[in-house]
Amino acid sequence: MIPLQLAALLMVALAGTTVVLVRDPLRMTILNAVYALTLTILFLVFQSPDVALSMLVVGGIAYPVVLLAAIARVRSGSEHE
Amino acid sequence: MSRRARITVFAFAAAGLAALLVASVVDLPAFGHYQGAYGNQLNREAVAERHTTNVVTAVVFDYRGFDTLGEEFILFASVVGVTLLLRRHKDSEDEESVLRKAPDDHTRSDAVHVGGLLVPPALFLLGLWLVAFGLVTPGGGFQGGVLLAGSLFVVFLAAGFRPYHHLTPTPWLDFAEGMGAAAYTLLGVGALLAGASFLHNFMGPGLRGTLESGGSLPLLNWATAVAVTAAMLLLFSEFLESYVVPSTRPLR
Repeated sequence: MIPLQLAALLMVALAGTTVVLVRDPLRMTILNAVYALTLTILFLVFQSPDVALSMLVVGGIAYPVVLLAAIARVRSGSEHE
Repeated sequence: MSRRARITVFAFAAAGLAALLVASVVDLPAFGHYQGAYGNQLNREAVAERHTTNVVTAVVFDYRGFDTLGEEFILFASVVGVTLLLRRHKDSEDEESVLRKAPDDHTRSDAVHVGGLLVPPALFLLGLWLVAFGLVTPGGGFQGGVLLAGSLFVVFLAAGFRPYHHLTPTPWLDFAEGMGAAAYTLLGVGALLAGASFLHNFMGPGLRGTLESGGSLPLLNWATAVAVTAAMLLLFSEFLESYVVPSTRPLR
């Protein structure tokens, strides 16, 4: 295993742990996107650019958007209906 | 259960999981020594057969094109599901009342305005490039499509709900979503009419390493891109209209 791969794996472990340790949903969503970015780098380092791109758009765009919409819904829930 | 007992149970479970993980990782083939017969055969033959230099896209839209058809309809069904679920929230609401009820989320920061002018076009262009060159270099309809939709999310982030709403009229999105899914299916039927099996690549392979390579593969790729872009935007618009619009303050 070359040092670059080791560094990418360590980054994923670190980012993943951070997501679990944070308690605020909004921060968790942002950190989850950062975690997705480290996974993207991991896939790139392990020579799977297509998977890296999928990870980038799903983890960086699609999933945070759904989570943010849900958080916005919960926070504004007491003000209408 | 006391804290001590819980930690003991966790320690046992974690040790067991760690042992299983190590045991399975040790037996993996070394990095770069892929064992699958099918993958290796595709790597040898796909470029010669289809003239697409990105074998992954050749698998997704050609050799396993039927699986992608299924995935496309999963996305289609989930968009229909979300639209139906959120419909009761906006019963008897027309375009004008949606715009009237939307909070005043006009941004006042110059930095955000400049970013909002620069970032979306760049992202949009990158998305188009990812789709178009998906069969030559890494990329494809799914990734490019989400990025195209993402560039319009940035419009919402930088300029607010109204500019986003004007750029993404729901009837057009509905049309694009249906057309993308239909085009994929009709290309499959086109292969049947040409006398081949469903979704068979019925056009010539074209010039290797260019946008013309892959026969009917780039058409399936673009159909997917249109469907995915519209699906992502429809989902986002539905969420925005039922979550953000009814609230009395802007989304923070």
